[in-house]
Amino acid sequence: MAATHVVAEGPPVTAARDRPPADLVGPVAWLRRNLFNSWWSSAISILLGYLLVRWAWGLIDWAFVNAVWTLPATANPLDLAMPCRKLEGAGACWAMVGDKWRFILFGRYPYDMQWRPALCVVLFIALYGASANRLFWRKELLWIWIATLTVIAVLMWGGVLGMGFVPQDQWGGLPITLILATFGLAFAFPLAVAVALGRRSREMPVVRVLCVGYVELIRGVPLISLLFMASVMFPLFMPEGLNPDKLLRAQIAIILFAAAYLAEVVRAGLQALPKGQYEAADALGLSYWQKTRTIILPQALRMVIPPLVNTFIGFFKDTSLVLIIGIFDLLTAGKVAMADPVWSGFSTEIYIVVALIYFGFCYAMSSYSRGLEKQFGKAKNR
Amino acid sequence: MSGTTADPRLAAPRLAPRRPIRLSWSDGRFRNIVYQILVLAGFVLVLRYLVGNTMMNLEARHIATGFGFLDSTSGMPLGETILPYTAGVSTYGRALTDGVLNTLKVAVIGVVLATVLGTLIGIARLSPNWLLSKLAAIYVEFLRDIPLLLQLLFWYVLLQGLPAPKKAISLFGAVFLSNRGIRIPQLNWEDAHSFALLACAVGILGSVLWAKYAKRRQDATGIRPPVWPVSLALIVGLPVVVWAVLGAPWDWELPALKGFNFQGGGTVTPEYAALLTGLVIYTASYIAEIVRSGIQAVAHGQWEAAQALGLHRGKILRLVVLPQALRVIVPPMTSQYLNLTKNSSLAVAIGYQDVVSVASTTLNQTGQAIEGITIIMVVYLSISLSISLFMNWYNARIALVER
Repeated sequence: MAATHVVAEGPPVTAARDRPPADLVGPVAWLRRNLFNSWWSSAISILLGYLLVRWAWGLIDWAFVNAVWTLPATANPLDLAMPCRKLEGAGACWAMVGDKWRFILFGRYPYDMQWRPALCVVLFIALYGASANRLFWRKELLWIWIATLTVIAVLMWGGVLGMGFVPQDQWGGLPITLILATFGLAFAFPLAVAVALGRRSREMPVVRVLCVGYVELIRGVPLISLLFMASVMFPLFMPEGLNPDKLLRAQIAIILFAAAYLAEVVRAGLQALPKGQYEAADALGLSYWQKTRTIILPQALRMVIPPLVNTFIGFFKDTSLVLIIGIFDLLTAGKVAMADPVWSGFSTEIYIVVALIYFGFCYAMSSYSRGLEKQFGKAKNR
Repeated sequence: MSGTTADPRLAAPRLAPRRPIRLSWSDGRFRNIVYQILVLAGFVLVLRYLVGNTMMNLEARHIATGFGFLDSTSGMPLGETILPYTAGVSTYGRALTDGVLNTLKVAVIGVVLATVLGTLIGIARLSPNWLLSKLAAIYVEFLRDIPLLLQLLFWYVLLQGLPAPKKAISLFGAVFLSNRGIRIPQLNWEDAHSFALLACAVGILGSVLWAKYAKRRQDATGIRPPVWPVSLALIVGLPVVVWAVLGAPWDWELPALKGFNFQGGGTVTPEYAALLTGLVIYTASYIAEIVRSGIQAVAHGQWEAAQALGLHRGKILRLVVLPQALRVIVPPMTSQYLNLTKNSSLAVAIGYQDVVSVASTTLNQTGQAIEGITIIMVVYLSISLSISLFMNWYNARIALVER
């Protein structure tokens, strides 16, 4: 009998009791439970499976089996696309990406100096990585941001330490996308906190009305209208002779846009904080700024980190809109690359590569935010 | 009962006595007033500075301000219009009106289609079928992480890559896909159809009234008069009868290849098709997540309690789960509708002439930058405000009534 095998303090381990009935475990049972648990479900599974296999087959054929991977060795640049053209659409032309990848990533930045934007991209990724790590969630993070962004600015412009000066209109590609998104966040965030606090202030109706007006106005119009404003209206606002660069103007538009959305996220955090925290701080006799700086903001901001990351993903994608006002970001670089007459007709490959770059960044951020939410949830539901 | 002391909880809350404001820095209220005056003064000064600069710049460039340009003739060609428009004859005002209508055409149809697709995918993600739910999850994950503009450009390239009209892909010999757009059969509109539409509207009104009456009867007697059959008869039956009485005209105009392009039938331009496809597919991935989290937010006990009452699955979903899920779904859905409407402004990148595209051409041709951008902003603010108001009204209707 099973009982004779039981060791005094261990759990009862016997083969007969450990194993559930054969029709509840194993791959067949799994299939039955998850794919064929009713005739309706079976029909869906079979149909989807068929379509999936067919499409996957076609995709693999196109993307890998029939694809052209290497550039032909010809002197004539017009012949570079010959092997790809011979396929007549049966396979992908990755050779084109091999020819164009430096242009897609770095745009018109001087070719022999492209290690500088490349280093900037690495720095940006390291900065994101450091900010995502909880070990760095302290005051020093601010200094890390300031230092890194300064180094990035020096690398991009150059002009010191023996690096040649590169004007902004030669920058392009992925660094522009990262600059617009990261500098946008760095400047929009303090503004957003100020606006959120202003919107919550009960004693100063004038400040509140200004903040509400700002947030609702920006959130009510599309980003494009702000970008148009930056590119055609902004020069009219400035005194004569002072005309900021197009990139800077777009950056300001993105900051103003991002701040309105971030302010709403921060406000949600301020509202979610229990009233007792405000009252306890008042009872301690702290002034408004002491209370806000040491009690309210640290807790409120911590709570809204996951939605902040999600909002940031939104901006990251939205920076691609600068294509419309002619700024050379990653998507614009891709579009210019496919306009090359040598490679005309192979735009799909470029779109796939650019989409994969965007997807990589956004997916990393969104899975980070999901993981964080789960951790926070665990602490709350303990 | 003594009657001497009233319950203190029923009395109005006692406020702290108001003391007069002191003109001293140590008085918080005085400080607040000073701060506010400073903020307001700063705001007005910045505004004055910017307006002053703008006036000076406009004068230097000899640009007249004002909306007079709306009445001047525009030479800008428009691809598709709802109101009649001829380049070189019609005014800029008419062009902008057509742009607004084009925006609305994309936004309204996009919202409806994205809701349907998003709801289906959201439900599919909760399906017990592993393959279906995984595919829905991949759809959501993948499309949310790629910029909408890139997706739009991709769809546009794809639609332009369709064969020329001579080799158009034909579906059932009635719908033709070519790089000139999608040609669909069009009904020759006659009075009978207008009357049938009118009958349909009357039918909808009638069924709403009938449903109200049925609710009253049920509350009074406990017996519910049939609602669905009557509504069906009113909404579908009545128009069909009207249409049949008026001679039942059923004359479709089929597109046919003549020369280099199709003639006859209706057209969906590649620009419109690409914009609509991109917006719907992108927004649906967000709506799917909203629907999923809404359904998941309804506690499992609600399903079980409803089952214990003997309701069948359809009724549980309709009467118990959906009303509760909608409370979670509606507020974020509102912002998705607003997003779709605002994102329709990306039309300018693929050459669909929405209000942004028309206004930007206008401001390039006339130099009226401020007016052009003001028009864009006012149009979007009013659309956003209308959607918000409608959804807030709807949200208030379905919100939990707490007692």
